[in-house]
Amino acid sequence: MFRTVKELVEIAENENILISEVMIRQEMEVKEKTREEIYGEMEKNLQVMENAIEDALKGVESVTGLTGGDAVLIQNYMKEKTPLSGNLLLDAVSKAMGTNEVNAAMGTICATPTAGSAGCVPGTLFAVKNQLHPTREQMIRYLFTAGAFGFVVANNAFISGAAGGCQAEVGSAGAMASAAIVEMAGGTPQQSAEAFAMTLKNMLGLVCDPVAGLVEVPCVKRNAGGSSLAIVSADMALAGVTSRIPCDEVIGAMYRIGKQMPSSLRETGEGGLADTPTGRFLKDKLFGITS
Amino acid sequence: MKYNSVFDIIGPVMIGPSSSHTAGAARIGKAARTLFGKSPKWAKIYLYESFAKTYKGHGTDFALAGGLLGFETDDTRMSNALNIAKERDFYIEFIEDSAAVDHPNTARIVLGNETDTLELVGVSIGGGKVEITELNGFELRLSGNHPAILIMHNDRFGAIASVTTILAKHQINIGHMEVNRKDVGKEALMVIEVDQNVDDDVLHELDNAEHIIQISKIVS
Repeated sequence: MFRTVKELVEIAENENILISEVMIRQEMEVKEKTREEIYGEMEKNLQVMENAIEDALKGVESVTGLTGGDAVLIQNYMKEKTPLSGNLLLDAVSKAMGTNEVNAAMGTICATPTAGSAGCVPGTLFAVKNQLHPTREQMIRYLFTAGAFGFVVANNAFISGAAGGCQAEVGSAGAMASAAIVEMAGGTPQQSAEAFAMTLKNMLGLVCDPVAGLVEVPCVKRNAGGSSLAIVSADMALAGVTSRIPCDEVIGAMYRIGKQMPSSLRETGEGGLADTPTGRFLKDKLFGITS
Repeated sequence: MKYNSVFDIIGPVMIGPSSSHTAGAARIGKAARTLFGKSPKWAKIYLYESFAKTYKGHGTDFALAGGLLGFETDDTRMSNALNIAKERDFYIEFIEDSAAVDHPNTARIVLGNETDTLELVGVSIGGGKVEITELNGFELRLSGNHPAILIMHNDRFGAIASVTTILAKHQINIGHMEVNRKDVGKEALMVIEVDQNVDDDVLHELDNAEHIIQISKIVS
């Protein structure tokens, strides 16, 4: 069983297999299941992600009215204008935000690795898909690659905002997406690790400060940041750019930073954006002055 | 390792909005319901730190209720669970507790019916994954990675041997085991993680063994 990204990449290189294959084989061994069973289970998750994006692009709104509809706005803009940041990137942003809009509206989503960060992995997947034209099997593999990296983070640091801030959630999710994009685009296992490190480095220190404690503001838009960074880092890694700080050490830094974060910035809804005049106003409006 | 499956990371499929506060909360509730072994009539739920501060916004309250009603994380009735509990005359009270705890997302559930009660502490560690850290005042570490049998028994010699003998007879391998007692000769708790799910007839046999008070199981 791999414990670090270094071990994960070494197994892939020594056996000349993909990162996704390392994850699949480990899962088969741990769960004593066949490849078909594990593929089937992941295929279900993929279907949930696809359905959530479909729902989002029809337009959703959360119970509070704080979020919803932005995914559609971006899709319309892409049809009418030429986006400065490019169609693929903006498509990913729209689908990532859309997934989180569905989540905020209490729809059905697949946590990747959490619900608040559930947009990054599917958002990038269903955008990159239009350029790379993967098979359904390759799309399932995308999720195993993302999962392999998330597995290392979860066991060596944390993946929840309450434990380590948003860097642990959207930071991990965006980084997982970067690694998966690289594999789907034909990059090496080491390039996946470089992309992962570069995304997470840019997310270090990001706090979890949800307005009124709701997974809406700023969570939906942070998924826009995570997914766009994922694509940029993947391109950087595919171009041959490497991270000076090795991937596992970046994860270690993320862990230590999270440990130093005060509880007001770890999903308690007390600090940061939650503690702005508008943040406090919205909380009072939604829950009444007493809460 | 805390997480042992890729589906802890890519998953669970769930009703939003939070994996820790909604899906994890539902799983803690479900664990309490499973360990109680029957429908509870009432529950008092103490919430700590992030759970206490944000439970209304995250739907932690209805998720815990949903879990106590036996719902899975992707059950579409989840957001209506508090009403469903009311319809079934299941009384639930939430209490925000300011006591310090080891993990920010911690819930203590005391539940019962006319005759029995059960108290459990659950921690939502992230991504929908939970750990049960206390049961009826006994500390434990239940990861949910493997099926487990929980056995309340009297602290007497032979109690553990009688249990392991039955498991051996049915060729059930023990992966991890811990025994905890309140005091010499008093109530004790055996937690046994096994490799495969245990049939009800084995549980029944265990229930009838000497010094055994109560048995429950968790399916992984």
